[in-house]
Amino acid sequence: MDLTIAPNPFFWSAESVRRFYDGLADAPVARVVVGELVCSKRLPFWQNEIPQAVEFLQAAGKQVALTSLALITLRRERKLTADLLGMGLPVEVNDLSALHHIPAGMPFWVGPLVNVYNEGTLRWLARRGAERICLPPELPMASIAVLAGIAQAEGVALEVWGHGRLPLAISARCYHARLHERAKDSCQFVCEEDPDGRDVDTLEGQQFLTVNGVQTLSQSYACMAEHVAEYQDMGVSALRLQPQSVGFHTICDDYAQLLAGDLPANALIETLSAAHPDMQFCDGYGHCGTGASWSHGASSARNVPTGCS
Amino acid sequence: MELVCPAGTPAALRAAVDAGAHCIYCGFADETNARNFPGLNFSRAELADAVGYAHARGAKVLVAINTFPTAGHEALWHSAVADAERAGADAVILADLGLLAYAAEHHPDLRRHLSVQAAAANPDAINFYASAFDVRRVVLPRVLSVEEIAAINREIDVETEVFVFGGLCVMAEGRCSLSSYATGRSPNMNGVCSPPEHVDYATDGAESVARLGGFTIHRTPKGEAAPYPTLCKGCFTSGDKTGHVFEDAVSLDASTLVPRLAKAGVTALKIEGRQRSRAYVAQIVRAFRAVTDALEAGRTPPELALARLSEGQAATTGAYAKTWR
Repeated sequence: MDLTIAPNPFFWSAESVRRFYDGLADAPVARVVVGELVCSKRLPFWQNEIPQAVEFLQAAGKQVALTSLALITLRRERKLTADLLGMGLPVEVNDLSALHHIPAGMPFWVGPLVNVYNEGTLRWLARRGAERICLPPELPMASIAVLAGIAQAEGVALEVWGHGRLPLAISARCYHARLHERAKDSCQFVCEEDPDGRDVDTLEGQQFLTVNGVQTLSQSYACMAEHVAEYQDMGVSALRLQPQSVGFHTICDDYAQLLAGDLPANALIETLSAAHPDMQFCDGYGHCGTGASWSHGASSARNVPTGCS
Repeated sequence: MELVCPAGTPAALRAAVDAGAHCIYCGFADETNARNFPGLNFSRAELADAVGYAHARGAKVLVAINTFPTAGHEALWHSAVADAERAGADAVILADLGLLAYAAEHHPDLRRHLSVQAAAANPDAINFYASAFDVRRVVLPRVLSVEEIAAINREIDVETEVFVFGGLCVMAEGRCSLSSYATGRSPNMNGVCSPPEHVDYATDGAESVARLGGFTIHRTPKGEAAPYPTLCKGCFTSGDKTGHVFEDAVSLDASTLVPRLAKAGVTALKIEGRQRSRAYVAQIVRAFRAVTDALEAGRTPPELALARLSEGQAATTGAYAKTWR
């Protein structure tokens, strides 16, 4: 197995983006998906960084793909999607309408926001040209095992979610704008204030969700370290790590060591918890199916149900 | 315009037909459909009877097989498609790519509609499904304004169906795993959202607390009606703000927009609520039938007094009127 870096779902300044991808050049990761996933309005602020990041990462020997938006509605967004094809890089489809623009025979990647739940869908996508497929995070282990077999038979590289706040929902409504009592069209780009999203707690103070513009994520950081050995046995070929604003390069190093067998899962979790005492973790999709649960018992989280419901 | 009405039971289907529904949608009693609730939905025999009842009165029956088949268990979904065709259904409503491909290959004469769970929100997506699987009608996600719907209809050749009344998802449907995050069960995999077996009501001082999978969704003063803890309609805190972060407890009522939807080229109007009673279904169907009949006859449609039937007794025109922008 190797590592894939997910597109950054958050709104970072051009300078932060540049620093982030510069730093990835010597990280032990095989590939990086770049581009805007969540909100097309953010692109003008940082899109000039994309060509340089691509060049830099390719020079460092990484495979690079460009993501589509997660929800394409506006005419401008459709055109943006069509334009992705002219960049000479594989497109990672995160909204199926991107397929309308990809000619038969042209290879593409499929991201975790496309619903690939079963053999029929995986086979159809493989025959349409999918080279790599990252499965939706909510998929149970039993499904991943079945799909890993089919993926091998179809010659598709199968990827699963490894680390980062889980992408749980996408909406036409912007929750950042709503929280600031602004309309979406006059949001004044408030999501830039929250480089890892804005936390949403329950009325009893439980850490629950995180909003990121039109996207809703888990507030807990998924850490699937405990399940990596099973993924390896199944024939899953890559683990996906999602960018975060703090400590990400160390996180890449740790997961690379885990995949190489040089760092046990327990040690990775201990290191991670020590480095990020405020971070709450989850891995329930890997065992009982309740995404929020955490197989390592109570973390530093405030009053969060960590068992399987 | 065609009125597409929900039926969770054979009795509700008959009530909808009698009240003037042009078309009824329903599902089998298992996880192949997105309203997989205990005591709801149809057996194979019930579906065949229901189709007979509807066809004898000039109404059509659509079968929703709109969850995403589980890996290793696709046969359950494949047999649902075959059984719908055998029962004489007029179309199946599908969301999953693999299942669409299967139905197109093995049941080419069975009309295919694209479920809202496929979240096809622009002409490119719709044209993709139309050309790949010969989909004839698309149920549009509840994220579009009337103007956007009109623009979509100008660029596609298939029919469009839009929701006009009932429960309202604010998230793109078929693309939401909030429910499985808290409870392990989700609309995509199990056909349920915020399922009742994970709901817990408790009392804390002067308040009642409703939790889902252990997460607090509502706190209401004791004695007040406590809303069902549907995850995205809960009351939460973010920084200095406390309230309905995602959506107020309102439901959709686009009855006043029907003339504009007709002008936008919409073929069918859909009413949500396969989990609702047959009395509710009959009442809503009669009200909307008066609207579509008036439109057909070139009269001004009546204003509907449906407020007390709305969830939380408050209604919104959702994204159609563009207030979210």
